[in-house]
Amino acid sequence: MSLLDIQNLSVTFPTPKGPVNVVNGISFQLGTERLGIVGESGSGKSMTGRAILGLVRAPGVVKADRMAFEGRELQGLSAREMRKIRGARISMVMQDPKFSLNPVMTIGRQIEEALKTHESLPRRALKDRVAEMLAAVRIHDPERVMKLYPHEVSGGMGQRIMIAMMLIPRPRILIADEPTSALDVSVQGQVLDLIDELVREHGMGLMLVSHDLQLVGRYCDRVMVMNAGQVVETLDAKNLNAAQHPYTKGLLAAVPRMNETRAELPTLDRSQWAAT
Amino acid sequence: MSAIHLKDLNIFYGDTKVVHDVTLDVAEGESFALVGESGSGKSTILKAIMGLAPDWTGTIDVDGKPRSHGPDRAFSAHCQMVFQDPYGSLHPRKTIDATLAEPLLIHGKPNRDKRVLELLAEVGLDERFRFRFPHQLSGGQRQRVAIARALALEPKFLLLDEPTSALDVSIQAEILNLLKRLRKERGLTYLMVTHNLPVVAFMCDRLAVMRHGRIEEIASAEALRHGTLATEYARELYRLSVHEDVNDNLGQEQA
Repeated sequence: MSLLDIQNLSVTFPTPKGPVNVVNGISFQLGTERLGIVGESGSGKSMTGRAILGLVRAPGVVKADRMAFEGRELQGLSAREMRKIRGARISMVMQDPKFSLNPVMTIGRQIEEALKTHESLPRRALKDRVAEMLAAVRIHDPERVMKLYPHEVSGGMGQRIMIAMMLIPRPRILIADEPTSALDVSVQGQVLDLIDELVREHGMGLMLVSHDLQLVGRYCDRVMVMNAGQVVETLDAKNLNAAQHPYTKGLLAAVPRMNETRAELPTLDRSQWAAT
Repeated sequence: MSAIHLKDLNIFYGDTKVVHDVTLDVAEGESFALVGESGSGKSTILKAIMGLAPDWTGTIDVDGKPRSHGPDRAFSAHCQMVFQDPYGSLHPRKTIDATLAEPLLIHGKPNRDKRVLELLAEVGLDERFRFRFPHQLSGGQRQRVAIARALALEPKFLLLDEPTSALDVSIQAEILNLLKRLRKERGLTYLMVTHNLPVVAFMCDRLAVMRHGRIEEIASAEALRHGTLATEYARELYRLSVHEDVNDNLGQEQA
């Protein structure tokens, strides 16, 4: 059975010119696999992740024919029931650790809080789990790091702390929304390798939301390309180069390459698929 | 004669020395890149040249003249900077027209009305954007406005601080093409900060790899394209970036 089954999901926001479908009737399933969602800004990729977690705020409206997690319909759950799923069963890593960590709480306390919310453990066990989790995200000196505040750690370490916090309740699905866009190239690889390893180890489902096709192609099994709220194309990551849709091809071609010899980069001719 | 000449440049923020003994020369008409990780001091060098990081020792010569430590009106007519974030670098309550006319006004240039229209045309923005506010424009359009503003005084040098890293890839391609075209048409000299090596391969002639405030290596873009960089650290950066280059074959077909 698939972990997540989404049928005909739409997210709508009212505007002065009438309602706009930010996500426009998309359907997909997620099993124990790594699914990449790629698109440019405004394509609705982040909203898809947020809709699943029930994080779309009013006046946004989420509608779907079916939105099921492990066979259980998520729509119509009370806020209280949803809280038991969000974080504990499905969790989310956001883009910038600087804005997602609480600046006035030590790292140890924050991770503890994430665990306490979902499980009741004696204090000693709590602390051990936190230290164990920090070690799992390759923080060498957990005892020291637990006492630090977020401003005392680097971006890469902050993101590893976020990952630790999200994975400590042992969720089934991890939604990573641009988890490495705020990081340096050298750290990006480490963070993604880490997510990859933990997701495989725990047999989880991963939804990696990113604007970077290459990156997603490398870390995912399947890639879903989105544009203007719709799924343009879904393909196996290894067949990324054989993409058929002009939008996907355009995106791939617009990236400068290391052995660049083109005098000019091809730009997207948006009229090509606007008609389709 | 080199257009931008830095010698034994040390830059300080308070008691912390963030750039150590940087020496480099950028030739006239050249496009030179500073690459490195965050905190390597690459943006700080641009700021020092512009007079925005006044606490430095050593030599900064631009166009044969030594730079003062602060902002300088005569200098700004020659040398302009484009910042990373087009959302933060335009005044939110000024129309595009006012933004573009401001440098002309400060420097007492004539024909402002006509120049603003020329500038818009030059960066490929339609006239209808002229009286809009920044929030009514997309990120790519805003970056075009920022470039137009930098060009308003017809400078010879542009300092580009990560000009495309806040933009989508398709928009990045448009802006890179624009910058490349402008440089060719106007014989501009670029000093560009980026962490994206493929962008360097596309845009630049030479690059300096920086780490912890020091230059590790100065190499040609040709060496970068072939991956024949001299230092260990530069090769490490190269390896991490090439890793992301999975679509080489596709590109060859289309090129």
